[in-house]
Amino acid sequence: MSVAAHLPALQVVLPLAAAPLAVLLRNRTAAFALVLAATWAAFAISVLMWQQVAASGPLSYALGSWPPPWGIEYRVDALSALVLMLVSGVAAVVLPYCRASIEREIRRDNHYLFYAMFALCLSGLLGIAITGDAFNLFVFLEISSLSSYVLIALGRDRRALLAAYQYLIMGTIGATFIVIGVGLLYLMTGTLNLADMSVRLQSVTSHRPVLAALAFLTVGISLKLALFPLHQWLPNAYAYAPSAVSAFLAATATKVSVYALLRFYFSVFGEGAVFKQLPMAEFMLVLALAGMFVASAVAIFQDNLKRLFAYSSVAQIGYIVLGISFDSVTGLTATVVHLVNHAVTKGALFLLLGAVMAAMGGVTLARVRGIGRVMPRTTFGIVLCGLSLIGVPGTAGFVSKWYLILAAMEKGQWWLVFLIVLSSLLAVAYVWRFVEAAYFRAPRADLAQVREAPLALALPAWLMVGATVWFGLDTSVTVGSAARAAAMLLGAVP
Amino acid sequence: MAADTLILAAVALPVAAGATVALFHRSPNLREAATLTAAALLFLCVAALLPTILAGGRPALRLFEVLPGLELAFSVEPLGMLFALIASGLWIVNSLYSIGYMRGNNEAKQTRFYVCFALAIAAAMGIAFSANVFTLFVFYELLTLITYPLVTHHGTDKARSGGRIYLGLLVGTSIVFLLPALVFTWHVAGTTDFTPGGILGDKLSGFALGGLLALYMFGIGKAALMPFHRWLPAAMVAPTPVSALLHAVAVVKAGVFSVVKVIVYVFGTETLAAAENTDWLVAIAGFTIVAASVVALNADNLKRRLAYSTVSQLSYVVLAAALLAPLSVIGAALHIAAHALGKITLFFAAGAIYTAAHKTEVSQLDGIGRRMPWTMGAFAIGALSMIGLPPAAGFVSKWYMLSGAMAASHWPAVAVIAGSTLLNAGYFLPIVYRAFLRPASAEDALHPHGEAPLPMVIALSLTAVGTVALFFQPDVPLALARQMLGGMP
Repeated sequence: MSVAAHLPALQVVLPLAAAPLAVLLRNRTAAFALVLAATWAAFAISVLMWQQVAASGPLSYALGSWPPPWGIEYRVDALSALVLMLVSGVAAVVLPYCRASIEREIRRDNHYLFYAMFALCLSGLLGIAITGDAFNLFVFLEISSLSSYVLIALGRDRRALLAAYQYLIMGTIGATFIVIGVGLLYLMTGTLNLADMSVRLQSVTSHRPVLAALAFLTVGISLKLALFPLHQWLPNAYAYAPSAVSAFLAATATKVSVYALLRFYFSVFGEGAVFKQLPMAEFMLVLALAGMFVASAVAIFQDNLKRLFAYSSVAQIGYIVLGISFDSVTGLTATVVHLVNHAVTKGALFLLLGAVMAAMGGVTLARVRGIGRVMPRTTFGIVLCGLSLIGVPGTAGFVSKWYLILAAMEKGQWWLVFLIVLSSLLAVAYVWRFVEAAYFRAPRADLAQVREAPLALALPAWLMVGATVWFGLDTSVTVGSAARAAAMLLGAVP
Repeated sequence: MAADTLILAAVALPVAAGATVALFHRSPNLREAATLTAAALLFLCVAALLPTILAGGRPALRLFEVLPGLELAFSVEPLGMLFALIASGLWIVNSLYSIGYMRGNNEAKQTRFYVCFALAIAAAMGIAFSANVFTLFVFYELLTLITYPLVTHHGTDKARSGGRIYLGLLVGTSIVFLLPALVFTWHVAGTTDFTPGGILGDKLSGFALGGLLALYMFGIGKAALMPFHRWLPAAMVAPTPVSALLHAVAVVKAGVFSVVKVIVYVFGTETLAAAENTDWLVAIAGFTIVAASVVALNADNLKRRLAYSTVSQLSYVVLAAALLAPLSVIGAALHIAAHALGKITLFFAAGAIYTAAHKTEVSQLDGIGRRMPWTMGAFAIGALSMIGLPPAAGFVSKWYMLSGAMAASHWPAVAVIAGSTLLNAGYFLPIVYRAFLRPASAEDALHPHGEAPLPMVIALSLTAVGTVALFFQPDVPLALARQMLGGMP
C-alpha cells in the first residue's frame, strides 16, 4: 500500500507521535518546529482527504488491517472530512501564533510542554472526528479534554487554575456520562463500530436501555459542547486560558463535540428514533433559544472582552443546536455551516484579543478604551469579526443566518424567524459596547504609547479574519460541504 | 468603454478615491484634489451610461455567486440610473462644500471624514445598480455601517447617543424586517432579481403578500416611515456636509429608491393593485407626511426642522409609489430627484449659516438675509421646491403625484398632498420672512459677519440653480421615470 492509502491513520498519528517526541526534545524551538511540521502535515492530509471524499465518497480505513466491525475503523465522510479540515486548519494557523504569544504568557522552560500538549489536544480532536468506533471516540475525547485542562491551566492569571479545575470537573462528568451511554449501547448491540451499531439497533427489542443511552450521551456531549445551561465551565476557561489556547479551543473544541452529537444522533440512533419517537426536537429548540437569548444578554454586561465573547460563543452554540432541532436538510446545513463559520470567526476574534492582551496587558473594556487610536488595524479586525457575529452580509455569519432563517421558514415557523433575528440584535448590543469603548474614549494615559500588534501575531489573526470575510462571499467550500454532510446525515446519500 | 466596465468603475472609483485620500493624509490640498477628481470622474462614468439606458439598454454585470441562485450582481435600469446620476452629481458639489465647511470650522479627523464619505458613495452606487434584492441588501447594510463614523464624527457623548439611535434603528429594522423579507422572497420566488412586472406574480396572495410588503416597507428603515423615523433627526449631530449629501440625498434616497424598486420590480404595481391588504401603506405614508410636518413646524433648531421636513418629503415618495397609479409612480421617481436638489440646498444653507454666523436656531435668523444674500436666496429657492411652487423642481413632481392621486380617485391622498403643502409653507416661509424682512437684533450688530467661505457659497448657488433648472428641463428624469414603467405616460 502506498502512503496515500494510509492518510486516515496519519491524520491522527502524526500529531499524536509529535507530542511525546516534543517532550523528549526538551527544547522549545525544536519542539515548536516538530509540532508545526506535524500540524501542517495534518492540515495537508485533511485537505487531500476532503478532496477525495468530495470526488469519490466516504473513505474507510481498517486500523491494523483488522476489518470492521472487529477492528477499529477510521471513517471519513462528508461531515468528518469538513470537521477534520476545520480543526487542522485552525491549528495550522494558531500554532505559529503560539510562538510569539506564549513568549509573554508562559514560562520559557514550560514551552516544550505547551507544544506537546497542543499536539496531543489536536490529535484528540482529530481522532474524535475521524474514528468510526464508539469507544475509540471516548478515548480521543479524553485525550483532547485532559490536554486542554493542562493548556488552560498554563494561563498566567491565577484564576486559570480555578477555571481549569472547573472545566476538569464538568468535563469529567460529561465524559462519564458519555462512557455510560457507550457502555449501554455496547450492552444492547454487542458492537462498538458506529455503523454496525446503527444496523443492530434496528433489531433491539428492549427500548429502555437504548433510551437511557441516548439520554446519557445527550447530557454528556451537551456538557462538552457547552449547551445552555451546561455551559458554566466555558466563560472562565476561555477568559483565563493563554490567548492562543482560547483561540484554538474556541474554534475547535465545542465544534468537535457538536460533531460527536450529530454522529450519535443521525448515524447511530437515526433521525427517526431521535426526532420522530422522542420530543428531542422540542427539547433542543427550547435550550437553543434559551442559550441564544440568555447568553447574549449576559454577554452585554461583561466587562472582560474574553468573557464577553465567551458568552457570545454559548449563544452561537444555540444557533448551531437550533439548526439540529429543525431536523431538515436546510436546518442541518445551517448547523454545519455555522459550525465552520463560527469557528473561523471566534478563532479570529480570540487571536486578535490575544494581540490586544500582549500589547495592553489586559482585555477589560476599561483598559482597552481608545484602542481604535493606538491599534487601529487590530480594532478594525475585531469589529469585522463582530459584524460576522451579528450576521452582516459579506461576512461568514450572514451565510449561517440565511440558512437558519430559511430552515425556519420551510417549517412555516415565523415566530422562530423573528426570534432568530431578534437575538442578532443582542449581538449588535455587545459588539457595539466594544466599538464605543474603542472609538469614543481616549486611551488610558499609560497605554497611549502602545504599538500595533507585531507581525507574528497579526498575520495569523488576519488570515482568520480573511477567512471570516471570504466564507461570507465564496461559500462553495463551506455550504457545498455542509449541504453534502446534511444530506448524508439524513440518509439521502451515503 | 463597455457598459459593464462603467458599472464596475462606478462602484470601484469611490473606493479607490477613499484609498487615495487616505494615502494623502499629510497634504490636505492633494487629498481634497483626489476627492474632487474622483467625484468628477464618477459623474462622467455614470453619465456615460445614460445614453445606453435611454436607448433601452440594460447593461448588467455579474460578480459572483454567494449561495446557489444568490448572486452579487449589478444591472442598470432607469430608476437606478436616476439615483446614480443624482448621487454622483451632487457628490461633486458636496465635495466643494465640504472643503469650505471642514476647513472653515477646523473640524478634526478630516481624512477619516473624506475616506468614509467616498466609501458611502460607493455603497450608494452599489445600491443604485443592484440587480437583485440581495445585492441591494448587502450595499444597504454597508451604507449604514460606513456612515456611522460620519454621524458620530465629533466623538462627543451627544454624537455617541445619536449614533446609537442611528445604528440601532437602521440595523435593527434591516435585520428584523428586511432580512426575513429577503429570505422569504427567495424562498417563495426562487430568485430575488429585480424584474419588470415583479417576481411574486401569483405566488403569493392575501395576508402573506400584505405581510411581505410590510416587512419590506418597515425593513427599509432608511425611507424613514413612521414609527421608524427617529434615526434621521438623530443623525443631525453629524457635520452639515454629511447631513446634506447623506441625510438629504444618498442615504435617505437609497431608502425611498429601494421602496420604489421593491414595489415596481419585486411586487409589480399590477400585482399589488389587484391585492387587498395593501391600503395601509398609503395611510401610514400619509400619516408620516402630516405628522412629520407638524413636528417640523414646532422645531426651532434649523437642522432638526430640515430633518423632519425630510421625513415628511420621503413619505411623499412612498405615498406616491403606494398609490400604484402610473402617474404617481412617475411622480415618486421625479420627487427623488427634485427633493434631493432642494434639500441639499437647504442643508448647505444651514451649514453656511453655522459656519459664518455660528447660528443653529431658527429664532436667531432675523435679518440674516441682508448679510448672507446668496445663502438665503438659495434657501428661499430650496424652500419653494419643498412647498412645491414654481419655478422650482418640487412643483413638477408634486404635479405628477397629485395627478396620479386624482386619476386613482384616491381623495384622502389628494387631501394629504394638498394639505401638507400648506404645512410646508408654514414652516419654511417664516424662515425666509425672518431672514429678509425682520431687522437684525441689536446683539447681532456686535458680531459682524458676511457670507460663508467661497466654496460653500458656490456649492449652494449651484444646487439652487439646479433646482430651478430641473423645473424648466425635467426631460431626462421624466424620460427615465417613464421607462421604468415600460414607456407608459
